[in-house]
Amino acid sequence: MDRVRELASKKAAVIFTKSSCCMCYSIKTLFYELGASPAIHELDKDSYGREMERALRVLGCDPSVPAVFIGGRFVGSSKDVISLHVDGSLKQMLIDAKAIWF
Amino acid sequence: MADASPRTDISTDAETDEMNQRFDSGKSIVVAPSDSSDRSKSNLDQKILRRLAQNREAARKSRLRKKAYVQQLESSRLKLTQLEQELQRARQQGIFISSTGDQSHSIGGNGAMTFDVEYSRWLEEKNRQINELRTAVNSHAGDAELRIIVDGVMAHYDEIFRLKSNIAKADVFHLLSGMWKTPAERCFLWLGGFRSSELLKLLVNRLEPLTEQQLVGIGNLQQSSQQAEDALSQGMEALQQSLAETLSTGSLGSSGSSGNVANYMGQMAMAMGKLGTLEGFICQADNLRQQTLQRMHRILTTRQSARALLAIHDHFSRLRALSSLWLARPRE
Repeated sequence: MDRVRELASKKAAVIFTKSSCCMCYSIKTLFYELGASPAIHELDKDSYGREMERALRVLGCDPSVPAVFIGGRFVGSSKDVISLHVDGSLKQMLIDAKAIWF
Repeated sequence: MADASPRTDISTDAETDEMNQRFDSGKSIVVAPSDSSDRSKSNLDQKILRRLAQNREAARKSRLRKKAYVQQLESSRLKLTQLEQELQRARQQGIFISSTGDQSHSIGGNGAMTFDVEYSRWLEEKNRQINELRTAVNSHAGDAELRIIVDGVMAHYDEIFRLKSNIAKADVFHLLSGMWKTPAERCFLWLGGFRSSELLKLLVNRLEPLTEQQLVGIGNLQQSSQQAEDALSQGMEALQQSLAETLSTGSLGSSGSSGNVANYMGQMAMAMGKLGTLEGFICQADNLRQQTLQRMHRILTTRQSARALLAIHDHFSRLRALSSLWLARPRE
């Protein structure tokens, strides 16, 4: 959990993924489309990957990836991201966290 | 009549036909040799005449059989036309019926069929609600009354998304195939359903007058749903590519070696895992549809929502009617 929190606070937008996960690819694409450059951490390539995955589940992330953090705060998985994007909240959160400017 | 002697097969078919035509009055001919000096000749005549009579009989029977067959075809064709008309009438009422030419083999078995039945019931209820809404709008009902009906329609949409998420677990490919929708609707199929961004494009012109704030809101909503659709589409492409790669890697060495078998099984296991992620994509696509509808409802006034829902329903109704016409079209 510490490692998750630590990595999540290092950049305005952080996404935990797995290299084989195609839904993660979708969410990454969405962020790029919005002009954000999120930090991507692939759990399957990280030596602490398994513990981090467990920590994400404890946070309520289901499925565990993609797990999105904005401004250091846990936002959710793909379902949450899409819902927030549709009502315009996602963009506002990114602006507030200075991940994007407009 | 005595059997014709096989020795005296003197006539070809053409000759027989010609001879039969000359005798073709349906009357039988009595053969009687006139005198003993003509006996051998009249024996031959007798055999010829006997042969002709048998050919006539065979031709008559053949004609009767052909007539019976054609009559059967005619009555079947009539029945078929009647059935097609009944089917068309039922379809135009918005009831979904899949035609035999359209039916896919449901590997998911009961799941797919159950869903199709549930969907057709959902459509019936939807039709009823929309009629109620249309009546209320046309009779200039008050906002309070409109709101009740509109809320009902929105709740009903939630219901179809719930049904779809159930079937996605059991048989995602049935949803993806679009076989539960009519043919013309399938033209526009995207990840097992409609494209929210397209729906919004339809509505923009029909919803006037919109306030400045509403215009911005709807515009943003259109852009957001488009972006989300693109993101999900790209994820699907990545999945296809990944699946293709998984199935194509592997040695082409001699089959049967334990290493190759283990490879193959490993590949299949990985491919199975990837296929399993399709459910997630369909779910997110439906999530997007549901969120977009709800967001639209929040931006618009009750009356505008009512008109929007009517417009959406009309759009799909026309596609369904088009499908019925298509399925009933005369074919060579």
